[in-house]
Amino acid sequence: MDWFLQQLINGLALGAIYALIALGYTMVYGVLRFINFAHSDVLMLGAFSAFYLTPIIVPMLGAQTVWTALAVILLSAAICAVIGMTIEFLAYRPLRKRPRLTVLITAIGVSLFLEFTGQHEKVFGAATKPFPTLLPKRDLIFGALHISSNDLVVLALTAVLLVAMWFIVQRTKIGMAMRAVSYNEQAAALMGVNVNAVISFTFGLGSALAAVAGIFYAMRAPGIEPLMGVQPGLRAFIAAVLGGIGNLPGAALGGIVLGLLETFFGGMPGLSNYRDGIAFALLILILLFRPAGLLGKLQMEKV
Amino acid sequence: MMRGKEQIFLLVAIVVAVALSFASGAFNRYYLGIAVDVGINIILAVSLNLINGHTGQFSLGHAGFMAVGGYTAAKLTLLYGALLPPAAQPFLFAAALLAGGLVAALAGLLVGVPSLRLRGDYLAIVTLGFGEIIRVIFQTSDFFGAATGLTGITKMTTFGWAWALAAVTVYVVACLVNSTYGRGFIAVHDDEIAASAMGINTVRYKVTAFVVGAFFAGIAGGLYAHHKLVLKPDGFDFVRSIEIVVMVILGGMGRTAGVICAAVILTILPELLRGVAEYRMIIYALLIIGLMLTRPQGLFTFGKKGGA
Repeated sequence: MDWFLQQLINGLALGAIYALIALGYTMVYGVLRFINFAHSDVLMLGAFSAFYLTPIIVPMLGAQTVWTALAVILLSAAICAVIGMTIEFLAYRPLRKRPRLTVLITAIGVSLFLEFTGQHEKVFGAATKPFPTLLPKRDLIFGALHISSNDLVVLALTAVLLVAMWFIVQRTKIGMAMRAVSYNEQAAALMGVNVNAVISFTFGLGSALAAVAGIFYAMRAPGIEPLMGVQPGLRAFIAAVLGGIGNLPGAALGGIVLGLLETFFGGMPGLSNYRDGIAFALLILILLFRPAGLLGKLQMEKV
Repeated sequence: MMRGKEQIFLLVAIVVAVALSFASGAFNRYYLGIAVDVGINIILAVSLNLINGHTGQFSLGHAGFMAVGGYTAAKLTLLYGALLPPAAQPFLFAAALLAGGLVAALAGLLVGVPSLRLRGDYLAIVTLGFGEIIRVIFQTSDFFGAATGLTGITKMTTFGWAWALAAVTVYVVACLVNSTYGRGFIAVHDDEIAASAMGINTVRYKVTAFVVGAFFAGIAGGLYAHHKLVLKPDGFDFVRSIEIVVMVILGGMGRTAGVICAAVILTILPELLRGVAEYRMIIYALLIIGLMLTRPQGLFTFGKKGGA
């Protein structure tokens, strides 16, 4: 039972991070219908922003507190939002009317560019760097249960962000515009929606979430390096497809499900080596029975 | 009419490859190695082109098929190489390559079946997942050397093997697509619903494309194993699949000649950029973006598409 609860908490914390990344994939897919491969590298840039910002922010605000952590997270998110919008403007916008495959390959190009530029010694360097302590970590012990205070913070902040996302998409004007563009871009444009601004905003929002997820991920990982985004990015991508790509609650659900499965299978003796494979095997199984994902609606193709 | 011309092409290509192979002592080893790489990449790109280009099923798992073929072939020559006399070695190599191709084809069948239900991005992610699963299996299996991989593979791939098999691949794919039967691939690519309404068995075409494509990728894997002499699971990751996809897209989806050109250029280019080694992958990435922005239809596509 203790083992179960322990894995549950670990899995939820990991799943929450996947969910945050998956939201970015799914939102971009919703408005542009393509998989933004560079998303996982924006996550890496978020972690590196925090890495460089922490030594600057902490002396500015005096001691290391929750507020410095919050400031670092918010600033990194802002930086990544700008980066995400820039990528969209330079690389994807000129290709708006082209086949989606072209955009997909461009996205792969952008992803490789960010990774290899990051690995260059004059930028970040390929070596793993220790991530600074943003929040002093404490182990809370309940009987046999060890819960890292960081995991709780991650869970709480993710919950807040998920609710905020729901509010933005469902209750604000820009959210309504996002849904309109996602539903039918041309009709939305005819109704006076500034499609370019909406797409730009979507990229900004998704990239900001990726930055936060990147920082959370870095807090749990042994260190950060320019390729750190690849694995969580791939998982989050699976999570987005699992939940039904383009579907926001689906992405959150998919992330949590994937995080839990990975932790539970990873924790089982004899299966831990297959952890990476299990996530994919499960994805394939689910897609075989529900080809549009868990919460996605199967769209009939019309002639 | 076309058939006669293609058979002559195949014969000439194989004769030239084998003849050059006998004269290979005269060439610089480094250049010869790159030439073998080019041959292997042509096989990979042309076979992926059958799946992605001609049939329009976006697959991101080609490195997985390559790994299956490479590991199978390498394991066979490692197990039986010492038991057989030197004269029998080329036959063993041929048998190992064929076995690698067949096992990879079986894997292609396994991936082809889900492709019946999925399309577009979902298919892409399933094939990507398949490639990753293959890699994880090799990475954890002690029989295949786990994370260290297989080492001590005998050098058997020569220029002749690589280019002759590249010629066979081009020949088979061209014959398949240009035949009456093969029009079905293009029909599935152009409009699946219309094709099935016209009585084309789309399921069979999609699975055939996967099986044939995987078969040749497996052969390429076998050649690769006996060229590099070391197989590591990391060498068959998602990035490797992407490299092959980029060749197909730069060459122009479904255009065999263009895809061959792209495979040649993209194999040689990193070598040419060795002088600026630290920037070469950055340049490679920028090149992909730049080409997609300026020539999204592929580098070597001029005018309308006409067959393979």
